[in-house]
Amino acid sequence: MHEVGITRNLVEIAEDHARRAGSNRVLSVSVDIGELSGVVAEAVEFCFSAVTQDTMLEGATLLINRIPARMVCEECQHDFAADNLTFSCPACDSFLVQTTQGNELRMTELEVE
Amino acid sequence: MCIECGCEEATHPAQDHDHSHHHEHGPKTLRIEEDLLSKNNRLAGQNRQMFREQGVFVLNLVSSPGSGKTTLLEKTISALAPAMRIAVLEGDQQTSHDADRIAATGVPVKQINTGAGCHLDAHMVGHGVADFDLAETDVLMIENVGNLVCPASFDLGEHHKIVVLSVTEGEDKPIKYPHMFRAADVLLLNKTDLLPYLDFDLDKCREFARQVNPRIRIFELSCKNGTGFDDWLSWLRQQILI
Repeated sequence: MHEVGITRNLVEIAEDHARRAGSNRVLSVSVDIGELSGVVAEAVEFCFSAVTQDTMLEGATLLINRIPARMVCEECQHDFAADNLTFSCPACDSFLVQTTQGNELRMTELEVE
Repeated sequence: MCIECGCEEATHPAQDHDHSHHHEHGPKTLRIEEDLLSKNNRLAGQNRQMFREQGVFVLNLVSSPGSGKTTLLEKTISALAPAMRIAVLEGDQQTSHDADRIAATGVPVKQINTGAGCHLDAHMVGHGVADFDLAETDVLMIENVGNLVCPASFDLGEHHKIVVLSVTEGEDKPIKYPHMFRAADVLLLNKTDLLPYLDFDLDKCREFARQVNPRIRIFELSCKNGTGFDDWLSWLRQQILI
């Protein structure tokens, strides 16, 4: 359950940005969570209300944008949506593939009072 | 533009100004581009720089609990020390059992208990090494918390992540836990002395590992009877000298 630690980071980052914008209350926070980030979006949602208690984010809405995995094959340059975690190119079956999308784990937007 | 408050609502007449300036004090949207692991990544970068400056080669050993990481460390240390100066950071949720075993080999060791935590992070490692004289250290071995999931996401500032998989765990672990096997540079297949008693399919395991990480380097060894151990040691010696 490293999602608790990651959600704590999220709170820390959001409070820091809110404070710098002269606010002490965060109304909503938007995050991108990639399919390959190793973080389970549902687990972040699950612990969000507990972790945000007594912080500027208490009662805030969490908006998660799930980013699907995309890869490009190093051998045939085929660009494809990786719909499983076996990481093979559907065009030439090569396993030499680079992730181009899906590792995201970032805050994108904050709505502050 | 409204001359009373400077807002963009040009449509309302000046005398009908009962929107009470809510828009000035209302919600404000901030565009942010910050990685949620930015703090860990920043601290890992600091660790990496410190290791480079002090000339320390750093390994992060990851695996499920019971794969034989501590035994691997004991055997590796007794083969390399004292010619190479080794220090060990031990990560576990509780107890100093592993640190006690490493201390018996005579090298400096520090136990980090993560409590509820399921992984080591760059912050813990930065503080953990404060007890070591890094200028007098050639190799730092970090034994992460036994867990095939979470430690994959946390950079500690190491040179290599080494994933240890014992053959009793089953050959399909690489595809069941692809993040970890993708994050690692080296796979040590341990406890091969037990192969005669198991249905473990070695070829299949190698194939699964290369499916998730075609560039992973694989060593098969037994810490118990020493089979394959020299290949691992010569790779390690070579890396340390680079």
